[in-house]
Amino acid sequence: MGRFLLRRAGQAVLVAWGAVTLVFVVVRVVPGDPATLILGPDASADQLASVRADFGLDKPLWQQYLTHMGEVLHGDFGDSWRLGGGAMSATLDRFPATLELAALALVITLAAGFPLGMLCARRPGRILDALVSAGSLVGQALPSFWLGIVLILLFARQLHWLPSTAGGGPEAVILPSVTLALPFVGWLARLVRNGALEEIGKDYVRTARAKGTGEGAVLYVHVARNIALPVVTVLGLLMGNFIANAVIVEVVFSWPGLGSLMVDAITNRDYAVVEAAIVTITVCYIALNLVVDVLCVALDPRLTPQNA
Amino acid sequence: MTMSAVHPAPTPPGEDAAAELRDVHIGFRSGRHVTPVVRGVTLRLLPGRVLALVGESGSGKSLTSLALIGLLPPGAEITSGSVVLGGDDTAGFTARQWREARGSRVAMVFQDPMAALNPGFAVGRQIAEPFRRRLGASRRDARERAVALMREVGIADAETRYGDHPHEFSGGMRQRAVIAMALALGPSVLLADEPTTALDVTVQAQILRLLARRQQEAGLATLLVSHDLGVVARMAHEVAVMYAGRIVEQGPLDAVYTRPAHPYTLGLLRAMPDGKEEGGRLTPIAGLPPDPRRPPGGCAFHPRCPFATDVCRTEDPPLAGSGGRSVACHHADEVRAAHSGPDSAAHGAPQSGPHSAAHSTEEDR
Repeated sequence: MGRFLLRRAGQAVLVAWGAVTLVFVVVRVVPGDPATLILGPDASADQLASVRADFGLDKPLWQQYLTHMGEVLHGDFGDSWRLGGGAMSATLDRFPATLELAALALVITLAAGFPLGMLCARRPGRILDALVSAGSLVGQALPSFWLGIVLILLFARQLHWLPSTAGGGPEAVILPSVTLALPFVGWLARLVRNGALEEIGKDYVRTARAKGTGEGAVLYVHVARNIALPVVTVLGLLMGNFIANAVIVEVVFSWPGLGSLMVDAITNRDYAVVEAAIVTITVCYIALNLVVDVLCVALDPRLTPQNA
Repeated sequence: MTMSAVHPAPTPPGEDAAAELRDVHIGFRSGRHVTPVVRGVTLRLLPGRVLALVGESGSGKSLTSLALIGLLPPGAEITSGSVVLGGDDTAGFTARQWREARGSRVAMVFQDPMAALNPGFAVGRQIAEPFRRRLGASRRDARERAVALMREVGIADAETRYGDHPHEFSGGMRQRAVIAMALALGPSVLLADEPTTALDVTVQAQILRLLARRQQEAGLATLLVSHDLGVVARMAHEVAVMYAGRIVEQGPLDAVYTRPAHPYTLGLLRAMPDGKEEGGRLTPIAGLPPDPRRPPGGCAFHPRCPFATDVCRTEDPPLAGSGGRSVACHHADEVRAAHSGPDSAAHGAPQSGPHSAAHSTEEDR
């Protein structure tokens, strides 16, 4: 297990380095000059040049890259010219809000999708199964900004059940996380249903029944144990997906998370913050994958670390 | 096609059967159409006795055994007849009654122990499951009983192997674990569906000895489903030969093996190596079993039968006989004569005959 973890951690560092490099290049290739944005359109050529020198923008790209990598290694992503202070600390301030949103969305998806899928597997081809099937397609087709607006109109404006923005108290997290989760509930249910149906046909299910095990335990113990692996895998990917999708949903609900911070930073060419945010999301994604890998090894007795 | 008459129970009544099939018909339903697969099977399983159900794959022998534990696959259903467990007709059983009967009244050992065990749980936990779930035993108590049971079926180091997963067990050990599971709640009826087919030849004998020993100690009424006449010879007291969903011959092991009266039984015996004649040729049965959707008219075996005459093509012979010996063939006498004829000397009863092996109980551990 130790060597397996070490190797995976090494791969993770490699991927993180690639991500930092990619972001560095992309951010600088995108048209728009931060010096002009900071000083406004009326700034003189001298003023622009001095600001560029301050930020090191006058040096050749490779030199900027090397300096930058050195700083990144020390955890320094530079300062935000708009917010003042370190870009990374601004990012990390906002990160817990996004994490809360994504985690709740994941819990909702699992709590609704898993039992729904099991119910469908129990009676395949029946009404519920068909509804979930159709629902998963519709859910996938809905853009999240539209779904968010519809939910606000319905539950905040019409029914006044829930607040639509972050200022409305702790229950404000419900609408945005439901917006994130809803399109994936049917999707997960389908996955669980198909996995369970495949397992139900296997001999060990008949053995369990022959022992006099009840249908509930057959499904939620024997079958669930064997579809846990694919479910955990997609949940890990889904969590990463939710953190990334939060960008749009956070803007719709004025949620003070990483996503809305990033959108602001991009509009204002706040390179340092954009980079810190993207790197944070990337590292998060990598960490989630690592957790999924470890969980899979822990869940599957046959997947020994030697051949993983 | 003429319907066969309901035949009399082959074993004399009087002794109470632990489980019974009475003229059971099983079919696969698709829409309103039902394809008959088992066509009127009557069997009695007596305490302490082993009845072997012999036939090719597709003859309906596995479905017959699954009907006895209420686990017919989706689509298959009992269309008529009754399954009786310890005197109770199961036709009126609720799902809950079936659940309570499984494991404690009737248990089953399956063909492929790797597939029969859940790959995700430790073997010991799976053996302990009936104690936990059915008897409400504590975790510790269930574990102790499971370990004791594992020892009984010959799993060495039961205490340490309790936590091992199925993939860490050898084939023979897996089947021992499956047998332990079946015996956990002390059933009175044991169904063994090809219990040694998926195993190494070297392990087969051990598993058979274990099954025979447990069967005799516990006085289990056993149904042994097998296509292997050698396996049957080692365990069974009585044999029922199944062809195309019907029992075509039934009787004491000895009698059926030495004096077959149905051409299909004769064919099975001739297709089996007996170890006596080195370099000799085995005689396979020509042709294939019929498609249950298009059964031949008359006797289902007639297209493959060397004895077939016109009456075989039009009339399905009823299963008839006396003294616990019955056969469904228009030409049973000719078959008997053919078997005892001069050219059949090499095709007698198999070497591992009933006299020696059926009563051997020594265990090899």
